[in-house]
Amino acid sequence: MSAQTTSPRTDGSGAAGTSRPRRTGRAAASDVAGLGIGRAVLFVVPALALIAAFLVFPALWTLYLGVLKYDLAGSNAAAPQFVGLGNYTDALTDPRFANSVLLTLAFVGLSAVIGQNGLGFVLAATLRRAAGWVRTLVSGLVLLSWILPGTVVVFLWQALLDRNGGTLNALLGTPGAAWTLDHPLATIVVFNVWRGTAFSMLLYSAALDAVPTSHLETARLYGSGPLRTFRDVVLPRIRGHILTNTLLITLWTFNDFTPYMLTGGGPEHRSETLPVYVYRMSIEGGQLGFGSAISLIMLVINLVIALFYLRLLRRRGG
Amino acid sequence: MRRIFGDELVRHALSRIGLYVFAGVVLVFFALPLLWLVLTPFSRTPAYQITAPSFTLHNFRVLLDNPFALRSIGNSLVLAGGTAVLAVVFAGTAAYALSRVRLPGRDALLYAILLLSSIVTGTAAMVPIFLMLFQLNMIDNRLALILVLTGGLLPSAMFILKDFMDSVPKSYEESARVFGASPLQILRHVVAPVVRPGLATIAVWAIVQVWGNFLLPYILLHDQTKQPAAVIMYTFYDEGGTPNFALISTFSLLYSVPVVVAYLIVNRRYGFRFQGGIKG
Repeated sequence: MSAQTTSPRTDGSGAAGTSRPRRTGRAAASDVAGLGIGRAVLFVVPALALIAAFLVFPALWTLYLGVLKYDLAGSNAAAPQFVGLGNYTDALTDPRFANSVLLTLAFVGLSAVIGQNGLGFVLAATLRRAAGWVRTLVSGLVLLSWILPGTVVVFLWQALLDRNGGTLNALLGTPGAAWTLDHPLATIVVFNVWRGTAFSMLLYSAALDAVPTSHLETARLYGSGPLRTFRDVVLPRIRGHILTNTLLITLWTFNDFTPYMLTGGGPEHRSETLPVYVYRMSIEGGQLGFGSAISLIMLVINLVIALFYLRLLRRRGG
Repeated sequence: MRRIFGDELVRHALSRIGLYVFAGVVLVFFALPLLWLVLTPFSRTPAYQITAPSFTLHNFRVLLDNPFALRSIGNSLVLAGGTAVLAVVFAGTAAYALSRVRLPGRDALLYAILLLSSIVTGTAAMVPIFLMLFQLNMIDNRLALILVLTGGLLPSAMFILKDFMDSVPKSYEESARVFGASPLQILRHVVAPVVRPGLATIAVWAIVQVWGNFLLPYILLHDQTKQPAAVIMYTFYDEGGTPNFALISTFSLLYSVPVVVAYLIVNRRYGFRFQGGIKG
């Protein structure tokens, strides 16, 4: 359940970046501590039980709940009805669902794939050439935006964007401009770029460190400009990092619940991304069956992104 | 040091100027929202508006007088600490067994649960998890929430710890066995000290994850006396919906400081970088 996190991860993504289990013939045969299969199973059971209860079961249960008309209150609470694919056909004909899908695409595409990716890379590339204290100051602030608790930064942005006393209106001389009401999608996009750029910046810094300086020097001597150097020397070496980064931030942004805290999905559903839509339909509105159907769609999308990522790691011998 | 001539000097100077202009713009973009957090707690007139500094500690008195504020920090500590302990213990024992005993289908199992944990996020699974605890009558049960959070973190924790365990030389355990130590004693006195950095990493990571988590406590804890800091901030408004600025500003600061301190410690100790973790 790692949402877009603010944790000091040195390995990238919790675990996705760690090396694979090594197979060594000797280790396989030796049970040095004399655990024995029986005790080994005992050691593994508590962890697997929790994983089964809170990861496997919920995922499978959405399959079943998704085909029911099941509400928290009312006649469908006591006796849920089987409706087959009814929830899914309802969703496909619901303009609010279509709106939510489009908003999610825009939110992920603009704030993660373009925003965090682009700004993160440009920061990593330019800060290398800046003076030491400038680098420390800028990257320190970028990191701070990433590690502070979500609830706190959401309030900071509300203070920044507030109509009457907000810092932004005071600076721009636009008193009374209601940013969150007039531009809800832009608000959550800019906020999420601010919030999550640190990860991409760190990853690209590490990637660029691995590009040999001698190659860059050679390119410069042959008179190739920055863009050509980037295309011919840098890009081939960091292509894998770009893919890795894009997949991870896409997964996190797609599952990000912070937009709810900032705009509540409003006004008039104009910032209601899929997570917010599910929350408002099922936890607020009590339509558990319908919410489960949407949740299953989300799980499948997550699965597709994760499989892409795994394939990438495998192919690169990760 | 390269020597620079004529045209190239101009180009070089321009590119430096461009670089610093860009750095300045980025600096403003990232610093602007953060100013409020630094200035408002000490302001005599806390509001949305950032005011010129007028140093006072009165807002902290408001914080201490609020019945829920400090308690929620305690709740966050309980949730984060409980999750960290369970994650370290369960992932530690499981990773050790998986590292030392060749259970059938081990590697496939590890990969399957790792894949699963990135798919079944809190957001995508909020409906079944909410319903499960609702039907078990465990809404407002903090232990249940700790178990949910632990379940979500275990796959990654197991994966990382198994790597650590794999790197512990087996000769230690062999000699301990020669001296007649039981497997549990070996785990406690031989393996645990060696993999301590790994365990500490998992503990810190679990604490940070839970400390900022909003969605799960928000849907699973409705009792204000049990809610953690992430959720309680939503109650710091008066009936008219006006935020209590004195309270929110000081509380935000108090709630943020541990994260920053943890980051600084980790940064000093290990360096905050990707150490070849992500293969390009």
